[in-house]
Amino acid sequence: MRIAVCIKQVPNTEARLRVSRDGTWLEEDDLPFVINENDTFALEEGLKWAEATGGEVVVFSLGPDRVKDALLKALAVGAARAVHLADPAFLGGDALATGRALAAAIRREAFDLVLTGSQSDDLRFGGTGSIIAGHLGWPHVWLVMGVEVEAGHRTAKVTREMESGVNEISRVALPAVLEIQAGINHPRYASLKGIMAAKKKEISRPTPAELGLDAAAVGAAGSRLEVVSVAFPESGSGAQMLEGDVKTAVAALVEKLQKEARVL
Amino acid sequence: MAKIWVVVQQREGQLPRISWEAVAAAQKLAAHLGGGKPEAFVLGAGIGLAAAEVAKADLAAVHVADDEALRTYTPGGTIGVLAAAIRAGRPDYVIFPHTYQSVDFVPRLAQETESGLLPEVTGFAAGDGGLVWTRPILGGKLQSKVKVKGEGTVLVSVQSGAFPADGVIKGEAPLQPLAVDPAGLRADREILGYEEVAGEKVDLTKADFIVAAGRGVGGADKMGPLEELAKVLGAEIAASRPVIDGGWLPRDRQIGSSGQTVAPRLYVAVGISGAIQHLVGMKGSSVIVAINKDPGAPIFSVAQYGIVGDLHEVVPALTAAIQAAKG
Ligand SMILES: Cc1cc2nc3c(=O)[nH]c(=O)nc-3n(C[C@H](O)[C@H](O)[C@H](O)COP(=O)(O)OP(=O)(O)OC[C@H]3O[C@@H](n4cnc5c(N)ncnc54)[C@H](O)[C@@H]3O)c2cc1C
Ligand SMILES: Nc1ncnc2c1ncn2[C@@H]1O[C@H](COP(=O)(O)O)[C@@H](O)[C@H]1O
Repeated sequence: MRIAVCIKQVPNTEARLRVSRDGTWLEEDDLPFVINENDTFALEEGLKWAEATGGEVVVFSLGPDRVKDALLKALAVGAARAVHLADPAFLGGDALATGRALAAAIRREAFDLVLTGSQSDDLRFGGTGSIIAGHLGWPHVWLVMGVEVEAGHRTAKVTREMESGVNEISRVALPAVLEIQAGINHPRYASLKGIMAAKKKEISRPTPAELGLDAAAVGAAGSRLEVVSVAFPESGSGAQMLEGDVKTAVAALVEKLQKEARVL
Repeated sequence: MAKIWVVVQQREGQLPRISWEAVAAAQKLAAHLGGGKPEAFVLGAGIGLAAAEVAKADLAAVHVADDEALRTYTPGGTIGVLAAAIRAGRPDYVIFPHTYQSVDFVPRLAQETESGLLPEVTGFAAGDGGLVWTRPILGGKLQSKVKVKGEGTVLVSVQSGAFPADGVIKGEAPLQPLAVDPAGLRADREILGYEEVAGEKVDLTKADFIVAAGRGVGGADKMGPLEELAKVLGAEIAASRPVIDGGWLPRDRQIGSSGQTVAPRLYVAVGISGAIQHLVGMKGSSVIVAINKDPGAPIFSVAQYGIVGDLHEVVPALTAAIQAAKG
């Protein structure tokens, strides 16, 4: 099977975050970036099925030059090639604009399956995969916790997580877009050999025109959403912080729990 | 005059609270923009009672697509009905509850109807040149304020808890059957069945005390000190999702939107950042204590007490202090 996997590079939220000077995004200097967590599971699922069926994985990512690091990591764990939508016209889009661009790139090749993450940790639209599916006219399933490609590779049995501890099991026709949830598998690590091999693999960088797209239909220009500002939530309604060294802080906490909250 | 719709989700004829929250959001938006009352849509089969419940809210109409073909949810069926309605009715905004089911179909409905997509909003306010919406980004650590540009319908989903259900204005709305065109429904998913995830062997909802581990704990081999803290408190051990996914604890210990919802007297969140999917499962706890090395972690906004520090130092010290206090 030929499998496309969409990976997004996102800020590592463990890092100290600072709002950029224009107030609409983060200061990116010395901000560490990682592959979106769910996408590492999507990639592993893709590699697993490509190996089981004698196929290959092609990774797609939309984002600025820094995204090359994420693509190299995906190539190091076994993806065959990468497609990087790096043209400035692609950037700053909402889910509809990003999905439109990724779908146009994916459409240029024949795939049996497209895998995405269920949600990006930074913008959290939860819908880019479904939008890609809409453009391709394929079925989609969001929040996938199990994939079983059936004999003949024409259908897959898919487990979708629902609220309150129940899963839906369904059959979808392939090709389809499956939006993978964290925890579905155990993503592999790159080997040294894989890291070396990745450097020789192809990363193509198509422009909007090469994808048959009007630059005004993608990126910030092609979006319905426009970011006015990003900000840390106002503090004040939050917790009483118990200060001091560890011993002082825990002593204060125990006293609060006994005398103020009366739970001990 | 703004035209506002709300799609109410029913589950086996019951209306989850978040459906009322969506109604409250639609009413609030209608009042803000001025103009008529919102219109509601309910989809399913044998949903007369649920529709009648919705009609007790102050709405212009409740459109009821009651059809055998809609008994089991599929995106193809739901999108078929709503896309036809949106194309014919051209609403300005359609409000949805932000649930696993709506996220499964709303983005694609937006794509197919050329609508805008504005997921998981927590509020709106008047701004320069129109409405400004708030939504969490970056794991809830920051809030993004966004405007909608361009023409046409916008599909908005509202985050759980953002628009309290008790804000719903009561009234009496006419019920209107909505004809379902079977040719418009796409069979995109053959439902084979449903299964319980964990069988919920451990019932955490009855626990008075819970010590919950997050990814910050660092591994299955580092759970020991948390278990000791749980022991002195007489608490159950629970966890955020990554802990479960990593196999550090069994799945029936997960708290959150895909795990259990608890409200103990004391919830100690250790190395948990406080993502919304976790918060919905524990924010009803009487007292929440958070231990995290990051002072900006959103968990501190729902906690009563917080300690910023390395959990590997704080947890053993807390265990010792509680032991001493208990004598
Ligand atoms: C559809 C969907 C459903 C989901 N359902 C659930 C659910 O039911 N339950 C759930 O919990 N999540 C759920 N999630 C995942 C959720 O979005 C978060 O990813 C998850 O809750 C994060 O878990 P965490 O806080 O343990 O990890 P992280 O967000 O990685 O946070 C780890 C925290 O530990 C702190 N830390 C690290 N080291 C230390 C140290 N030494 N000392 C002190 N603090 C430290 C860090 O500062 C950080 O705040 C769901 C996600 C989706 C998309
Ligand atoms: N810029 C991007 N490049 C590649 N894939 C993306 C991009 N944005 C979103 N995706 C994919 O779509 C999924 C859902 O993202 P979102 O709709 O932003 O929550 C992600 O997990 C990725 O797999």
